[in-house]
Amino acid sequence: MSGELIDELNDVLKPAALDGKTREEIDELTHMLKGNLEKVVQHGKRADSIVKNMLLHSREGSGEHRPADINAIVEESLNLAYHGARAEKAGFNITLKRDFDPAAGQIDLYPQEITRVFLNLISNGFYAATKRKEAGDEGFEPALSAVTKSLGNKVEIRIRDNGTGIPPEVKEKMFNPFFTTKPAGEGTGLGLSMSHDIIVKQHGGTIDVATEPGAFTEFIITLPRSGAAQSISGGKN
Amino acid sequence: MSVYILVVDDEPDVEALFRQQFRRDLKSGRFTMEFAPSAPAALQRAADVKDPSLILILSDINMPGMSGLEMLPKVRAQRPDVPVIMITAYGDAETRRKAIENGAVGLLTKPIDFALLRHEIDNRLGQAA
Repeated sequence: MSGELIDELNDVLKPAALDGKTREEIDELTHMLKGNLEKVVQHGKRADSIVKNMLLHSREGSGEHRPADINAIVEESLNLAYHGARAEKAGFNITLKRDFDPAAGQIDLYPQEITRVFLNLISNGFYAATKRKEAGDEGFEPALSAVTKSLGNKVEIRIRDNGTGIPPEVKEKMFNPFFTTKPAGEGTGLGLSMSHDIIVKQHGGTIDVATEPGAFTEFIITLPRSGAAQSISGGKN
Repeated sequence: MSVYILVVDDEPDVEALFRQQFRRDLKSGRFTMEFAPSAPAALQRAADVKDPSLILILSDINMPGMSGLEMLPKVRAQRPDVPVIMITAYGDAETRRKAIENGAVGLLTKPIDFALLRHEIDNRLGQAA
């Protein structure tokens, strides 16, 4: 952009006599160039903040599994997803419900990876509930609930939204890599396939979905208390 | 006859960029440019001006609320005489196919190749003259 302007400046400067009109032209172009430099700085800062946010999402922990409080992880994921969605879309809002079983306790897991799964499932839930509201359902109140329950040597976590639900043809394919129903640029199609690998391959758990189009979607995850310890090589490739 | 081009993009700095790139044309009055920050605003604008002075619409695709691809069939129905070129960061085959299917005459990718865009505009001006 600036290259062309400089050429223009040179064109203008060629005649030796700097009459009033030329002077005016020069002033206008210099003003424009200054403005462009400010924009470069401003957009550089914008790019910087986007990269920082991306790094926050991908921050690597020690890469080691360790015993962690599952209720605390679900709670942290809810907060992260909620504030992320609020930051992304000014008018976003949703009712969050929590029902944590105090007996859920500690699970041996990879905390960063499990947080990624919950973030993904919760964000999907937000998206579906918001979509249903945007479809013009007047009295509709978007809501998402997170429930944990101890099953002895396993823990069950349920993430449920009252959104648009998943039609059967999508349900069949939704764990496939690169499958997405979102518009170009909004989804990579990797969220659920990644979540599936983390839960099943890396932690020896299960992930299932119950859904009714136009009513709700519920992801049901079970994690064995010592699954990560047993599948040492899982999920790394 | 004075003709104008409508540019639809939610990024406000697009206006500054276009005004600089087409500075000489705008100054000499070859055409004027109008800017709409959203798809609904663009539809409104296209409906308000019934005369044939609107010769081209350039529209972004990813915009909050109504996307450029959603706007496309609406604006084509409203103003079948006005060609629409989509300008997007996502130049994949699927997006291109959707744009053409919905009635766009072309798709340019960001960062915008202004030489190419200028060529497209010159073509339109040639037809309008």
